[in-house]
Amino acid sequence: MITEKLKLQPEVLEAVVIRFVGDSGDGMQLTGTQFSDTSAMFGNDIATFPNYPSEIRAPQGSLYGVSGFQVHIGSVEVSTPGDNLDLLVAMNPAGLKTNLYALKPGHTIIVDTDAFNKKNLEKAQYDTNPLEDHSLDNYRVIQVDMTSLTKEALKNVEGLDNKAITRSKNMFALGMVYWMYGRAKEHTIDFFNKKFKTKPHLIESNTKVLNAGYYFAETLELIPNAYTISPAKMPSGTYRVIMGNTATAWGFLAAAEKSGLELFLGSYPITPATDILHEMVKHKHFGVKAFQAEDEIAGIASAIGAAFAGDLAITTTSGPGLALKGEALGLAMIMELPLVVVNVQRGGPSTGLPTKTEQSDLMQAMYGRNGESPVIVIAASTPANCFNFAFQAAKLALEHMTPVILLTDGYIANGSAPWKIQSMEELPEIKNNITKTAYENWQPYTRNEDTLARNWGIPGTPGLEHRIGGLEKDSVTGNVNQAPENHEKMTKIRAEKVKRVQNYIPEIKTEFADSGDLLVVGWGGTYGSLHSAVKQVNLEGYKNIGFAHFNYINPLPKNTEALFKRFKKILVCELNNGQFVNILRMNFNGFEFLQFNKIQGLPFGNNELLDEFKKLVK
Amino acid sequence: MEAIVEKKYTYKDFESDQEVRWCPGCDDYVILRSMQKALPEMGVKKEEVVFVSGIGCSSRFPYYMNTYGMHSIHGRAPGIASGIKLANPKLSVWVMTGDGDAMAIGGNHFIHVLRRNIDLNIVLFNNEIYGLTKGQFSPTSVVGQKTKSSPYGNTQPPFNPGELALGANARFFARIGGNVPKDISQILVEAHKFKGTSLIEVLQNCVIFNDGCYNNITNKDVKEDKQIYLEHGKPMIFGKNRDKGLILNKLKLEVVTIGENGITEADILVHNAKEKDPTMHQMLVRLEYPVATGIIRSFDDVTLEEREDALTKQVKANSKFTKTNDLFFSGEIYMVN
Ligand SMILES: Cc1ncc(C[n+]2csc(CCOP(=O)(O)OP(=O)(O)O)c2C)c(N)n1
Ligand code: SF4
Ligand SMILES: [Mg+2]
Repeated sequence: MITEKLKLQPEVLEAVVIRFVGDSGDGMQLTGTQFSDTSAMFGNDIATFPNYPSEIRAPQGSLYGVSGFQVHIGSVEVSTPGDNLDLLVAMNPAGLKTNLYALKPGHTIIVDTDAFNKKNLEKAQYDTNPLEDHSLDNYRVIQVDMTSLTKEALKNVEGLDNKAITRSKNMFALGMVYWMYGRAKEHTIDFFNKKFKTKPHLIESNTKVLNAGYYFAETLELIPNAYTISPAKMPSGTYRVIMGNTATAWGFLAAAEKSGLELFLGSYPITPATDILHEMVKHKHFGVKAFQAEDEIAGIASAIGAAFAGDLAITTTSGPGLALKGEALGLAMIMELPLVVVNVQRGGPSTGLPTKTEQSDLMQAMYGRNGESPVIVIAASTPANCFNFAFQAAKLALEHMTPVILLTDGYIANGSAPWKIQSMEELPEIKNNITKTAYENWQPYTRNEDTLARNWGIPGTPGLEHRIGGLEKDSVTGNVNQAPENHEKMTKIRAEKVKRVQNYIPEIKTEFADSGDLLVVGWGGTYGSLHSAVKQVNLEGYKNIGFAHFNYINPLPKNTEALFKRFKKILVCELNNGQFVNILRMNFNGFEFLQFNKIQGLPFGNNELLDEFKKLVK
Repeated sequence: MEAIVEKKYTYKDFESDQEVRWCPGCDDYVILRSMQKALPEMGVKKEEVVFVSGIGCSSRFPYYMNTYGMHSIHGRAPGIASGIKLANPKLSVWVMTGDGDAMAIGGNHFIHVLRRNIDLNIVLFNNEIYGLTKGQFSPTSVVGQKTKSSPYGNTQPPFNPGELALGANARFFARIGGNVPKDISQILVEAHKFKGTSLIEVLQNCVIFNDGCYNNITNKDVKEDKQIYLEHGKPMIFGKNRDKGLILNKLKLEVVTIGENGITEADILVHNAKEKDPTMHQMLVRLEYPVATGIIRSFDDVTLEEREDALTKQVKANSKFTKTNDLFFSGEIYMVN
């Protein structure tokens, strides 16, 4: 029943990376989420990443139908879901085949042997059974007849059909892994009690199977309980585990409450941005107006209308949708209305790699509009700080009367991590430019002297009736004015307004070294990978490598150039073919910007970064 | 519901300080003045009126109104207007659009806004041509029409806006000539009163690129014989001598003469604009002789805002969340010391 092909010394680790894989219908996302939530509550730092097929119901057992969930837990700071696996839980041959590459040699695989039948092996294109042909000799394979054991555990539970029984085998696997890592089962049992409130037989069955897996692992003592990962040292406070897209939505909820404005979302579903819409529509209790439009253009159009009418207006999308929104975004820009456009980036061009991550929409965000059309561009860098940057995007839009593009990506949007909950009291004020009552000579394009933000006159306010539009406007009245000098003046004012945002954003900081031989530069969602790689070279003794990660892209922080001067070499790392690096080249003369790019729809791996850094400081 | 205004406006209150720049003789002037005259009748405050347009000659409209307004981008006014209305349901929101703006580039938004039934008003300036870009055929240009982009005659069959709108479940549809300011004003007032999306197609003459395209329907001397001006609850009678009428013959509308072949007024169909089933309205909008004008359909239905509002109230009443903190600190939270 259980064979251990390779005995290894138990390791004591600060962190482990586990991946649960199986068929789309095997419940791997749920299994992974339960494990990571339990670990977070235990006090570990965590980072997770789900990986599902783009087909919704791929044929059972097929290679492309494999669904996976990876979780990295640690007693130390964990900033990525991890590259190489310590444990792979494979519920079928296809899962094993497509994920084995990531497992560290000598490490553990748990398989459900019942799933390794002729049919499934064929579907996974195995000529021989990998459990028998010695191809796994370099790993520690724990073979468990999970399906049979699940059936056995449930033989006395009433009201379950065969499908329901086999479906709960993921809880057997989860039970085993809980025991291995010394996790308590209570969180998951509570979850069953809530989720299946009206179906007590499902509470009973799932709990039974979870316990069966747990005690199975314990009783047979064949699995050493070696990996005791103690709680991580994290700042004290109240935490919850949050997904990037949820954090983005919540950042807007907070900004609306802070600013005292009503929140409007106009959106059209697109992976991987749709979860923001899913989250926002839940919050009618806060008066959130979420409008699913007929396309991305109508999505942004409705948001522009709402902004004109005085709401905090948001539109959310991914790359192809941003392309459609371009013209309307230009309109919002020339009308100088506050608007946040969220682009959760995915692999492009065109439909590209819809479920994979990439940072290739930066140039589109910066320049993807006709005419001179600068907008603020900022990027979140972790699942949890999507909250802060969504909040900040709203604040900048309202205080500077301009559209803001917030870039996130599939990796941080779908990833989850502990979030130290920020209460409303801790968040900064948000001002706005609304004119509450008319006064003599009020004009829509009179500006705040510092920010250059224009007056915001809202329909319904007596005496502020005015017309705005896409035609070039007079610098005071906002009436149409296509005079040559006026156009040049207005173009410069709009550019200057965005430039001045520099005065309101934090300076860029370095980590690990403030000057030296090499500055590693990143932006957006690669923070976790880059940070952990620089940290590791630093621990290895390379004290001369610094790290600067950009969240503010247009405008760039004021001290950017001064920072670059303190390093001999600058390496810009991006998940694209070189976009931020070109923005830096355009802005800063006299530097040689080296670049390290990956365009595989995947995050950076630790080793590839380490190799590159070491090569440059040799 | 807009509050009733105490001060009585006149049309002058709705004139903006901008010089009107349409070609002399263009019907757009008639529509502008009809609107300025209709607004005082609506009993709505000036600051609660918003005009939104796309791009085209007709879309310059908002600049000439001394209300709130937005001249947006080509075809997208319905989306913008929807956002305005959802953000503030108290406003009276008007979409001013052309045949190209609404049915070519904006076709998708046009059908969806009608389907949703938000309480908006859409005035469609149908001149069967692209005016602003100097005379290309539009989605309402007729087959054979010679334009700058169809020098040998247009080969693309047109949309009938009413047919398209009713197909998209429009609850209110009216059609009116561009040369009858009083009738236009009256229909605008009715559209304003109607709760839901109302669409008014104005047969608008473009004197430069498609002059006279409606002459044989709208000209003073033919109009009574060629049009049937429909009024809810009234028999479908038309003609200079009020002796022509419509009856249903099998599945078709047929023009009959009262007093001939034993036809009396009692045989003539009575117009029911409020009927839910649009079948008769569809037949009316498709009629080529006589051309149906007036309010063809005015079916009262629940608006999107009403549905949204009811849902929001219900969710609010059942929710334990009033502040975002309640949400943030709810569910699975844990302490780190
Ligand atoms: C994206 C975009 N495409 C094309 C145009 C050019 N354009 C402006 S108005 C117009 C057609 C307008 O026709 P219609 O809507 O019938 O309005 P009219 O001028 O006849 O009142 C076109 C093609 C534009 N402004 N924007
Ligand atoms: S081109 Fe035609 S539609 Fe445009 S303003 Fe002139 S007459 Fe009117
Ligand atoms: Mg036209």
